[in-house]
Amino acid sequence: MTNALLSVRDLKVSFPSETGTVDAVRGISFDLEAGRTLGIVGESGSGKSVTSLAIMGLLDENVRVSGSITFDGQELLGKSDKQLSAIRGNGLAMIFQDPLSSLTPVFSIGDQLIEALTVHRKLSKRAAWARAVELLETVGLPNPEGRMKSFPHEFSGGMRQRVVIAIAMANKPKLIIADEPTTALDVTIQAQILDLIAKAQSETGAAVIMITHDMGVVAKTADDVLVMYAGKPVEKAPVHELFHRTRMPYSIGLLGAIPRVDKAEKQPLIPVKGNPPLLINLPDACPFATRCPIAIDACHTREPDLVSVDNDEVGEHKTACIRSHEITDGGLIDGHPVFPVPDIPERALAGVPREDRPVTLEVRNLTKTFPLMKGAFLKRKVGEVHAIRGISFDIREGETMAIVGESGCGKTTTLLQIMDLVEQVDGDILLGGTSVADVRGGHAERTLRRDIQIVFQDPMGALDPRMTVADIIAEPLRAIGTKKAGSETRVDELMDLVGLDPTHSNRFPSAFSGGQRQRIGIARALATSPKIVVLDEPVSALDVSIQAGVINLLDELKAKLGLSYLFVAHDLSVVRHIADRVAVMYLGAFVEHGSVDEIFEDPQHPYTQALLSAIPIPDPDVERTRERIVLSGDLASATDQVGGCSFASRCQLFKVLPPEKQARCLGEVPPLTGPENAHRNACHFR
Amino acid sequence: MPRNSIQPAVGPETTALRLPRKRMSKWELYSRRFRRNRPAVAGLVIFAVLVLFALVAPLLARYDHIELDFLNLGEPPSGEHWLGTTSAGNDTFAQVAIGLQRSLMIAVAVSVGTTVISAVVGTAAAYFSGMFERLTLLLIHFLMVVPTFLLLAMFSNSSGGDWRIISLIMILIGWFFPARVIWTMALSLREREYVHAARYMGVPGMKIVLRHMLPNIGSLLVINFTLGVVAAVMTETGLSFLGFGVKIPDVSLGSLIGSGANTITSAPWLFYFPAAALTLLTVSMALVADGLRDALDPTSAAGGRA
Ligand SMILES: Nc1ncnc2c1ncn2[C@@H]1O[C@H](COP(=O)(O)OP(=O)(O)OP(=O)(O)O)[C@@H](O)[C@H]1O
Ligand code: SF4
Ligand code: SF4
Ligand SMILES: [Mg+2]
Repeated sequence: MTNALLSVRDLKVSFPSETGTVDAVRGISFDLEAGRTLGIVGESGSGKSVTSLAIMGLLDENVRVSGSITFDGQELLGKSDKQLSAIRGNGLAMIFQDPLSSLTPVFSIGDQLIEALTVHRKLSKRAAWARAVELLETVGLPNPEGRMKSFPHEFSGGMRQRVVIAIAMANKPKLIIADEPTTALDVTIQAQILDLIAKAQSETGAAVIMITHDMGVVAKTADDVLVMYAGKPVEKAPVHELFHRTRMPYSIGLLGAIPRVDKAEKQPLIPVKGNPPLLINLPDACPFATRCPIAIDACHTREPDLVSVDNDEVGEHKTACIRSHEITDGGLIDGHPVFPVPDIPERALAGVPREDRPVTLEVRNLTKTFPLMKGAFLKRKVGEVHAIRGISFDIREGETMAIVGESGCGKTTTLLQIMDLVEQVDGDILLGGTSVADVRGGHAERTLRRDIQIVFQDPMGALDPRMTVADIIAEPLRAIGTKKAGSETRVDELMDLVGLDPTHSNRFPSAFSGGQRQRIGIARALATSPKIVVLDEPVSALDVSIQAGVINLLDELKAKLGLSYLFVAHDLSVVRHIADRVAVMYLGAFVEHGSVDEIFEDPQHPYTQALLSAIPIPDPDVERTRERIVLSGDLASATDQVGGCSFASRCQLFKVLPPEKQARCLGEVPPLTGPENAHRNACHFR
Repeated sequence: MPRNSIQPAVGPETTALRLPRKRMSKWELYSRRFRRNRPAVAGLVIFAVLVLFALVAPLLARYDHIELDFLNLGEPPSGEHWLGTTSAGNDTFAQVAIGLQRSLMIAVAVSVGTTVISAVVGTAAAYFSGMFERLTLLLIHFLMVVPTFLLLAMFSNSSGGDWRIISLIMILIGWFFPARVIWTMALSLREREYVHAARYMGVPGMKIVLRHMLPNIGSLLVINFTLGVVAAVMTETGLSFLGFGVKIPDVSLGSLIGSGANTITSAPWLFYFPAAALTLLTVSMALVADGLRDALDPTSAAGGRA
């Protein structure tokens, strides 16, 4: 055999369920050598996590696992729990998506680290403690000695993930499996964690399996890539091959569906139509055939095997597609793109300059403070959280304004303040010229609400599961008193508009997929023909291929209906694609505000620069050669009263400034300066 | 038409295919899970038989429950009087049937009443929050420390044993415990995005409570209702047993057991038949409630298993 550290052969995993056996993994094989990184990508439910759990031996007993997994010369399948745990302790480590669930809340992190260190080998108390501190230091936790006694809940998400990595490194693992290790984290923290995993790898010489849905992360980290679809690998290639000589329609679709931060021109994204199949009683056919634009009859008669593209046995680039050899670089087949490029209609208002368009929403000096309470019985106020600290902006007709920023910076609070029509003490919210301060009584409020509607992040949670789609979409109409007959035709019209079949209007939300549910949410928001639609992370809960369709829909609706969007997102690639104007928010205030191209081409504020450089770009050549600014530290807390620039604790520019200039950063709050409605930033030295 | 730019939605190539061939409806799933629970099914059968008995038996009985047969005073079960007679000459068979009927009527009325009131009050308190919520909770907590059973006994005694008044009083003192439970459940509902969404559409508060919050705790309400029946039967029995419940000539299982207990040595059938009916009723309902909980609630002991 080869000198592979881990060798998986024809691994199959199935779960019994009431509706039939779910074949979550249907035959996957690969070899992984020490020091190399295998990226596994695929949509939700494609079997990525189940594969990793099978390797770790963490699946339930009633799950059927077959095939072979050899690690370090030992067969893992069929081993008892005890034997497995010994093997795990001596060479296998796993990093999960949610760091909180992999740490025990009732033990201090020091205890958990020491336990990981001592459970499989003899080590004195002292030595274990010293080694634990050393590990925390390696993963970049500030003040490691003092942190040993802290409990997991005292840490932020990024810090917890560092602790998990420290624990993973404790036993000098030979193989580290990271399952979406950064999905729950912000981009700047993601960059830190990915660097840290790379460091852990180089220090221990371990092999890494990096499971992710983010092609950018793959481009950054992987040596080889395995694309999974419906429980099977459909393309397997070295990373450059995969990105530049893609040969399988599904992979081409995945890559075409991602918006790029580094691309200015607004091409429509290329959605992959339809949804992945359910993994029950799959027919013997290409599982992608129902979604594949170039499927031929033969695709439906037999499931293609994973074979080398160049038709030889040794080739490293393999696909499971019978038409791979016809596909050429750039995703072309017979000179045409595999996925037809959709066309987005020209915007009606594209010719009208911004100044000449009416303002649909104006926000002046919006603030929000939450009282900080303490005490179990008698709550008393011990301080204030300044969630929003005076932000102002306006949105014109037919314009998309995006607010970006890390979690906790106040994006959602801003939206809720606007949606709640909260009267401002020293500012104002104006909807189409009407101040919310002038709105009195239910009727006036309802009239105002016609013009502003919201689409939520979670397409499942935003739809009442006990109502039919027709009732859901008609609800805002009923709220403003539309008659039943009128609302019925409107529902059909709206479903048509967002690309849903109106004959399905009597179904319940659970019969629809995530992307379709989000379309229902959008249809509901459009019911009253609002002027402005507020979108709170509308695509972040969706898989990339589905996401593309929803983004295109939003683009199209804006063009057709002349809508304004107030769009909140943490994914800058999506923002670049959809927005006209962008505000970057940090700790409740805008640090930079301008047109989308100004912000992305010429970022001024150090925070914007760091944010942009932290986003992994789905192209291994670009990704691995560019300069990147990695921010140190976590997002500061909004409770801290700062006399100076709130970004100073993490600012990379601050660090290289002479002391007298640093004093200015710390002593004087930088205002958002620059010409009105132009590119403005809040840094003293930019 | 520029439709081609939007991906087709539900259609042959999407959802329909994704769903397994034999897609189970919600009700199929519930009934399948319920049927898997043998004791619950047995409970349901017993309950059905009891209801049938309460409805049909008075039609079959040779005597009605008020009629006195002076030739058969305090007789044990015989061909003439299937379950014997009381010392006054009442036919026990007829009495048990009517008593069961009465107990069931009280129990169902009370359980419907408490479930409706507790559901509306509990969810409304959670939705409207603020002052309304605090006042409601204050009232509930106050009622919790009031010795309600005593109040109930007093009032029902002075009502002259009319079962409708007794039911009303039982509703009035029975709604607040479940209301508090429902309030806690509804707290998480009020943070659901669809509730926010409805508010941002301008839907009035009470409509949101009725349209979005209540239906989504439906399974809890069904279980509460079933358990409420058991509790109401027990309370009513307790009352009547002590002599505060329904009064002669009206009978309930409780009053029958109460009077039967006095003669347990001389005429045991007067005690055992109504007691058996009561036991069957409460046990069957408890089993049904248990089965419903497993069937409707994915987080219960049966687990999220389909
Ligand atoms: N315990 C389980 N019981 C039944 N089915 C399961 C179980 N765990 C996973 N599955 C099914 O196995 C399939 C693959 O799941 P898996 O978690 O590996 O997907 P994934 O690729 O990791 O997706 P994601 O991107 O959402 O993490 C899914 O259809 C899932 O529903
Ligand atoms: S085998 Fe056929 S259906 Fe499957 S990906 Fe290739 S061309 Fe498409
Ligand atoms: S004001 Fe100073 S600390 Fe703040 S962003 Fe500018 S350089 Fe950095
Ligand atoms: Mg997963």
